[in-house]
Amino acid sequence: MAAGALLALKALNKNFGGILAINDLSFELAEGELLGLIGPNGSGKTTAVNLITGFVKPSSGAVVYRDRDITGMPPYAIVRLGISRTFQMVKPFYQLPAYKNMIIPLYSPRVKQMTGGRYGDRDAVALDLLEEVGFERDAQVAYKSAAVLPQGYLKRLELAKAIALKPDVIILDELFSGLSLAEVASIVPIIERLRLEGKSIIMIEHRLKELFRIADRVVVLNFGQKIAEGRAQEVMASDAVKKAYLGVEA
Amino acid sequence: MERRKERIDRGIKVRAGDVFALCSWREMLYLLAPRLIPVLGFLLLPLVLDNYWQKVLLSVAAFALLAISWDILAQSGMVSLGQALFFGLGAYCSGVLTHTFGCPPLLALPAAALLGGLLSTLCLLPVLRLRGVYFSMVTLIIPLMLVRVIEATKIFGGTEGLSGIAPLPSKWVELYLIVGALLAALFGFRRLLDSDYGLVLKAIKDNDRSVINAGINIYWFKAQALFIASSLAALTGAYMTHVYMFVGMPVFALDYSILPIAAAVVGGPGTLAGATVGAVILVPLSEVLRGIGGLRIVFYGLFLVVFIVALPEGIFHYIQRKYHQVERWVEVQ
Repeated sequence: MAAGALLALKALNKNFGGILAINDLSFELAEGELLGLIGPNGSGKTTAVNLITGFVKPSSGAVVYRDRDITGMPPYAIVRLGISRTFQMVKPFYQLPAYKNMIIPLYSPRVKQMTGGRYGDRDAVALDLLEEVGFERDAQVAYKSAAVLPQGYLKRLELAKAIALKPDVIILDELFSGLSLAEVASIVPIIERLRLEGKSIIMIEHRLKELFRIADRVVVLNFGQKIAEGRAQEVMASDAVKKAYLGVEA
Repeated sequence: MERRKERIDRGIKVRAGDVFALCSWREMLYLLAPRLIPVLGFLLLPLVLDNYWQKVLLSVAAFALLAISWDILAQSGMVSLGQALFFGLGAYCSGVLTHTFGCPPLLALPAAALLGGLLSTLCLLPVLRLRGVYFSMVTLIIPLMLVRVIEATKIFGGTEGLSGIAPLPSKWVELYLIVGALLAALFGFRRLLDSDYGLVLKAIKDNDRSVINAGINIYWFKAQALFIASSLAALTGAYMTHVYMFVGMPVFALDYSILPIAAAVVGGPGTLAGATVGAVILVPLSEVLRGIGGLRIVFYGLFLVVFIVALPEGIFHYIQRKYHQVERWVEVQ
């Protein structure tokens, strides 16, 4: 493991029955880095995230965070160490107003630990966080029920819930999917700002053009295996990646 | 011509929703009436009822408490089919404390509530990970199992049970104790469930992965909700032990599991008030129907079916909507 790696996956394997969903996967995330995780559908990207965050236990291999083996720890304990994620399928609490959705992460022991034991006024903190991700305060969007919010706002809400935990590593699972170009363009600055604050980010994306503009490095998966790793242009030029995406013999 | 039902908040609801409610007696009464009616009703009824109906009221309050306990669990995502487990453990705890250790009833009650709650939580701790119907099945089985354990090992009086248990000091203490407990539970736990803590519990029901993802140990929160709800039911069981001056195997009967669920469903789940309304309707109804003999259960069942088909949201939600909103049909282009 190279010095300075914040999070490292070491020879991870995961079987679902007879299917090898993740096959000998190793990669590292450096402090402050934005790493893109790409690959065709079913290539194991989300499973890789589930392995890091503890929602799924690996069959073998290890996940190391800040030189500590976190393999097999329960997911809530991993969150408390500072790794938070968004879900690909947004699942807000529909009957609640948007800002009340934020109460759950703001109730987290992680928040208590990061703020020195003081939660503060959770409603006010929630409104501030939502404004940060683009819930315009003047338009009172944050007070609207999550059931009536369009997809763009639900994705922002998901992002705000991850940020509320004051994480060191944020894993964004297809944050851009289902959004219009304009909506993506308005979320990109939020991600850039998170990087300026020193957060390390892993982004799973299918929207490669938008991803390549902000990613430092990408890892390409296919059939649970890493087939390429490096700077975006180099990776996309490689034969294995072309073959995985386009399905032709290069 | 297509029509659509439009619902609009009443003017008075909007006006009473803010500090302006303090401007006029009418607005204040609008807010207070739904709270005062149950409070005054339960406090004054014991004074006007005769002996027989006082016992019915006592039974109403007991089942309302069981229904509230069920609703707290249901709102935290745990559908219990075994309120009898909590009820029975509380009943036996109080029985043994009074009968064997000579504890005075007023001390045995809170002790049995806590002890019964603790035992119930420990019983179900290993299955907290189960979701949906799997959890329900286990809660259904355990009380039936405990009956056989008591029968086979002859502990706590075996099939005979423990009789001659010290009663509460007087009829009035008996009545107002359970009525007070009901009102305290109704308003106290409603407040708890509306707080941020309650929001976390409800979120576990909605989407538990999202709650885990906030770094919250949902099993710890579920265990807390289980302890709160089962203590409440155990208190009810302990109380009934002193009312009947007897505790035996019937405390684990299916009635104590099913009737509270019926009350909560008829009244409207998700609001503890609904559970109370359900008990207020179902228990006296069952008494009134006693007059017609054998067909009692048939009529009772028919009533339940009609209610569930006609008002699936529950009575309380229906009344609440009528109280706060006006409805009218509008044409749809």
